[in-house]
Amino acid sequence: MSTNNLHSSNLPGRHRLGRVWLVVFQVALVVGVVALCALLFNILNGSFGYVAVQDKVNPATLAVDGVPLEELDKDTLIQVLQANISAGLMARYEFDKPFAERDAGEVYDLILERVVAPEFVAQWSLYESLTNAGEVRATAAQEYPEARLEFRSWLNWHFLRAPQSSYPEIAGVRTAVLGSLWTISIAVLFAFPVGVAAAVYLQEYAPDNLINRIIQTNITNLAGVPSIIYGILGLAIFVRALGAFTSGIAFGVTDPATANGRTILSAGLTLGMLVLPLIIINAQEAIKAVPSSLRQASYGLGATRWETVWHHVLPNAMAGIMTGTILAISRAIGETAPLIVIGASTFIQVDPEGPFSKFTTLPIQIYQWTARPQSVFRNLAGGASLVLLGLLLTMNATAIILRNRYRRSQ
Amino acid sequence: MSDTAQATASLNGAAILSKDLSIYYGDFQAVRDVNLDIQTNRITAIIGPSGCGKSTVLRAFNRMNELIPSVNTKGEVLFRGENIYAPDVDPVEVRRRIGMVFQKPNPFPKSVYENVAWGARINGHKGNLDELVHSSLKAAALWDEVKDKLDQSGLSLSGGQQQRLCIARTIAVRPDIILMDEPCSALDPIATLRIEELMRDLAKEFTIIIVTHNMQQAARVSDRTAFFSLSEDGKRAGMLMEYGDTKTMFTRPEKKITEDYITGRFG
Amino acid sequence: MATPRTPATGSLKRKPRLTELVIQSLLFLCGLLSIFVTAGIIYELGKESLLFFGRTQWQLTNKPIAAAISPADTAIEVGAVGTPAQPGDLLRINGEIVRLVTIENGAYVVERGVNDTLPAAHAAGVVLEKGIDPSLAEFFTGTTWAPHAGLFGVLPLLNATLMVSGIAILVALPLGLATAIYLSEYASPKARNTLKPVLEVLAGVPTVVYGYFALTFMTPLLRTIFGQDVVQIYNTASAGIVIGILILPLVSTISEDALTAVPRSLREAAYGLGATRLETAVRIVLPAAFSGIAAAVIIAISRAIGETMVVALAAGAGPAFTFNPFQAAETMTGHIVRISGGDLSYDSLDYNSIFAIGLMLFLMTLVLNIFSQYIVRRFREVYE
Ligand SMILES: Nc1ncnc2c1ncn2[C@@H]1O[C@H](COP(=O)(O)OP(=O)(O)OP(=O)(O)O)[C@@H](O)[C@H]1O
Ligand SMILES: [Mg+2]
Repeated sequence: MSTNNLHSSNLPGRHRLGRVWLVVFQVALVVGVVALCALLFNILNGSFGYVAVQDKVNPATLAVDGVPLEELDKDTLIQVLQANISAGLMARYEFDKPFAERDAGEVYDLILERVVAPEFVAQWSLYESLTNAGEVRATAAQEYPEARLEFRSWLNWHFLRAPQSSYPEIAGVRTAVLGSLWTISIAVLFAFPVGVAAAVYLQEYAPDNLINRIIQTNITNLAGVPSIIYGILGLAIFVRALGAFTSGIAFGVTDPATANGRTILSAGLTLGMLVLPLIIINAQEAIKAVPSSLRQASYGLGATRWETVWHHVLPNAMAGIMTGTILAISRAIGETAPLIVIGASTFIQVDPEGPFSKFTTLPIQIYQWTARPQSVFRNLAGGASLVLLGLLLTMNATAIILRNRYRRSQ
Repeated sequence: MSDTAQATASLNGAAILSKDLSIYYGDFQAVRDVNLDIQTNRITAIIGPSGCGKSTVLRAFNRMNELIPSVNTKGEVLFRGENIYAPDVDPVEVRRRIGMVFQKPNPFPKSVYENVAWGARINGHKGNLDELVHSSLKAAALWDEVKDKLDQSGLSLSGGQQQRLCIARTIAVRPDIILMDEPCSALDPIATLRIEELMRDLAKEFTIIIVTHNMQQAARVSDRTAFFSLSEDGKRAGMLMEYGDTKTMFTRPEKKITEDYITGRFG
Repeated sequence: MATPRTPATGSLKRKPRLTELVIQSLLFLCGLLSIFVTAGIIYELGKESLLFFGRTQWQLTNKPIAAAISPADTAIEVGAVGTPAQPGDLLRINGEIVRLVTIENGAYVVERGVNDTLPAAHAAGVVLEKGIDPSLAEFFTGTTWAPHAGLFGVLPLLNATLMVSGIAILVALPLGLATAIYLSEYASPKARNTLKPVLEVLAGVPTVVYGYFALTFMTPLLRTIFGQDVVQIYNTASAGIVIGILILPLVSTISEDALTAVPRSLREAAYGLGATRLETAVRIVLPAAFSGIAAAVIIAISRAIGETMVVALAAGAGPAFTFNPFQAAETMTGHIVRISGGDLSYDSLDYNSIFAIGLMLFLMTLVLNIFSQYIVRRFREVYE
């Protein structure tokens, strides 16, 4: 050590180190952003792209007297249909909905589905379709000479409207979306009042004693319980023990289709239990944020506790409670595992009719399509993921709008 | 008023009085053995250095301290001959009769009208609400300023107006006693003056207890003054040092410590 | 005054406020409900797990009786085929339970009619069933999970869970911590306000979408990098990495909160002593925020252990005891989902087994969560 420099601090070296690490930190951040981009890109990649479609019957051959299929009137369309499918199937369609009540468009759809019966023989990802269209076209022409190449958006109007199907060409997410909405509604109907009530109790009533401390700690811990555990609990309680209620037998609603308690009601209550701790914690935060001067003013006028809570605390906490609840619900909408455990049905083609119907939900649909070995179902899963993300985006946007509107009205 | 008069007669003209009142925050004794009798239809000022327990005593008069979980109150507070700390007394009933105006104006985030009407409504007011709002706002000397904005939020008023709104809100419940904790400390001199005038008016109808840091204010508005200070035994508990007629207190204080405080020679 | 005073004459006495009382009780019950949920979890998981460990499971041995036996016979001729039994094993023949005493010349010498069953005559060809008692010791030491073959070792499932969570933390900890440090110590407020929502979006994506991502993006990526023969279609590495991305926002947001909570004065003190920004961040702020960061990491581990959909889709369907992250292995959560995917019949071996595994999962995450709360409480005071 030199005598005139007691501190050999090597400042340039320290600064260099600082710069190196700054780069490291930035790279970490970039990796996170890239991961998000990859996630989104991957969904888009599966949701759009070329498909090779091969018709069982060329629609041109179905023209009657030179009039193309699209322009035929309803009666002729029915004749075409009759000529091409079995009498049994025809009778079933008549039974489902008499032809007299169907319009020409519906009959046309039936012909497309049953007679023309387009089949996806190959499909390409968005990336391939955009960067390598020429090769895609060449491969398609060589390997599937009969088929025509279409650029397809797997997320389309038909996809949103159509029920589940084992044919990827006509499969849709309607039953799944309706199932999701049903289960979520039941979850909210159960968890919102109970959760807000519990939060009010803990913030406004509970004296600081052992039992209330236990309740508080317990809620914190419940929020960290893996969701699949709630599924197991729901299976044991709602599906098995309370099966008579959750299948509606106890209310005289006996539907042979409901499989012993594996219903929308069970699913909704299970999700309700799952989001309950989240709603409580969020509502507690919102209630805590209400200034105590308001409470004092109210008590000072001779208001009781409940009058204070109902007239002042809750209205002022409501925006926060709503936002917190919507965030909790967004979590519930994406939940899959607990619903699989309580026994979501694998294949449902009819719309759910009420709380006692069997159910499937959007995330379960995504799971099942992803798990199928045929790659065409991965595209369907991509489209369904887009629908799910769209649903979540709508909900979060609603939360933000709600919060802003409530703030302004105050 | 005969009813009230009768009740107060038994207490030597005292609207409310405390007997050996001690108040603790957990283990800490904030106030020790306070004996204070407040005269009916008079304005009583409570003065004293910061932290000597003025607010604590004031809030003990309508059991507001109970909203703080750690508070423990010993002794009695007699209101119309009844100890308000008796186990069978309902604090809500107490606060209906003994209202409170706070240091910072705290109107509800509701309309001006609702601010005044709400307390009366929950207390089962049967008469005409519009009339009550009108008379209360008038009594609080606010009517002319807000008569066109009854639908606007109470928060849209100025600070001084907000504080008068809080006073209107309190008198709409028709309490016997109004407690005011530094009601002018957040206001400018002109707004302060208006509230002081208002207090003199209200004293015809109500018994008023006001905590203030402002010597002139105490001298201007109050009939009687209570001086609190910290005990000198190192425990720093608030104690009532001197209590009496305001004029006497400000001209010929009995104790040296009172004189020091009033003349500003106090720490 | 305009309005006549309505003197508050009534006494101050407490009047019964029935509505207040009813409301308060209702609110209390709602608060109590969360206790019932926990109690329900513990009770159901415990009860069914006890059934899992406490009940004899009957397994077909594929060993038929060679000759008919009368109720008095103690020797049973059995062929060489099927799963052999050891002396001491319980065997079931058409509902009658016998205990194997010894094996003499290939014939089973048994004690007839044990466990409250009556000796009966049995025809030739009846297949023997062997009784199996899942024991706790075997549960925690056995290296094969095949309940229907009488093997109840949970280690393969546990091992896969720990591997996936380990990989996830290896991804999330450095990335999350570095992100948190950058956001709290370096980034301008503007950059922070644009970057934090990105992380929030990442946190809001449903896990099943992450599963889709793992299977259709991460796995092909790994297979391209390391080779198709090295990396199986289902593997724990892909699931682990994707779960790492999934818990990254958790680690970074909680850590960032902990870092920003460190008082300014501490940073200023460090700068005042001539420390560089990096030295301040890493040597002063980071240790000061230790408890919050540790809590974040523990919560993230707990979340990774309980994560289900990613492993169900990408890690593999079938228990395997392997330490190779490129091979398929089923985790505890993945197993529960796969087993309960079909219509699970009550009181079956599978039904009870998901409760036993679920109980273990619950306890693991509970311990981690309590530990994280303990750390926060224990170390928070130090810097405040
Ligand atoms: N909520 C509380 N918890 C614990 N101690 C408190 C609380 N409120 C007040 N104290 C203590 O009680 C004592 C008296 O407080 P109080 O607010 O009554 O004083 P004050 O005379 O009104 O003071 P100021 O003039 O500043 O308003 C003080 O020592 C204060 O620290
Ligand atoms: Mg005070």
